[in-house]
Amino acid sequence: MIKSELVQTIANRNPHLFQRDVDRIVNVVLEEISQALIQGDRVELRGFGAFSVKNRPARTGRNPRTGETVEVEEKWVPFFKAGKELRERLNAEKN
Amino acid sequence: MASRTLTRADLSEAVYRQVGLSRSESGELVEQVIGEICDAIVRGETVKLSSFATFQVRDKNERIGRNPKTGEEVPILPRRVMTFKASNVLKQRILDGHGAGGKKS
Repeated sequence: MIKSELVQTIANRNPHLFQRDVDRIVNVVLEEISQALIQGDRVELRGFGAFSVKNRPARTGRNPRTGETVEVEEKWVPFFKAGKELRERLNAEKN
Repeated sequence: MASRTLTRADLSEAVYRQVGLSRSESGELVEQVIGEICDAIVRGETVKLSSFATFQVRDKNERIGRNPKTGEEVPILPRRVMTFKASNVLKQRILDGHGAGGKKS
């Protein structure tokens, strides 16, 4: 499923809304989560999961091809942990 | 920077302010967006949200694990897990937001 299909599904279920409003709603939700992560905040959505940003400290790495050492800068990476309910649903449907 | 936690309430408040639906309808729509994404993942679909992230489901085979405390071997049953891969756009925006390098120099 891609974003336009998500918008279409929700638009079909809410015939009183214009598709462009549904498009905005989806974008506002995703942008709000993105902004939180950019500011270093967490986003916790019960039933789905939690988004957070993890710090990776600077380290000395090595180019695996040449063996040369390189300084890797500190970085911040987005992280998502699926919620308990989603993990259970993923496995319930299979059994 | 004090870290806070956003919840559904913050997302529906943003929709209320930026889209102009009623508060209750904003909450309902946020619920539908999250619900639809979860349902697609549970169906085993890959969910690709451009400029944001991709959610994918992977099947894991059974393997032998070990209880790290007792050293006892226990089978880890086959299961489905979800992976999250942030888009390059989002990763870069997070690096920029934290004043990190991230650019090729």
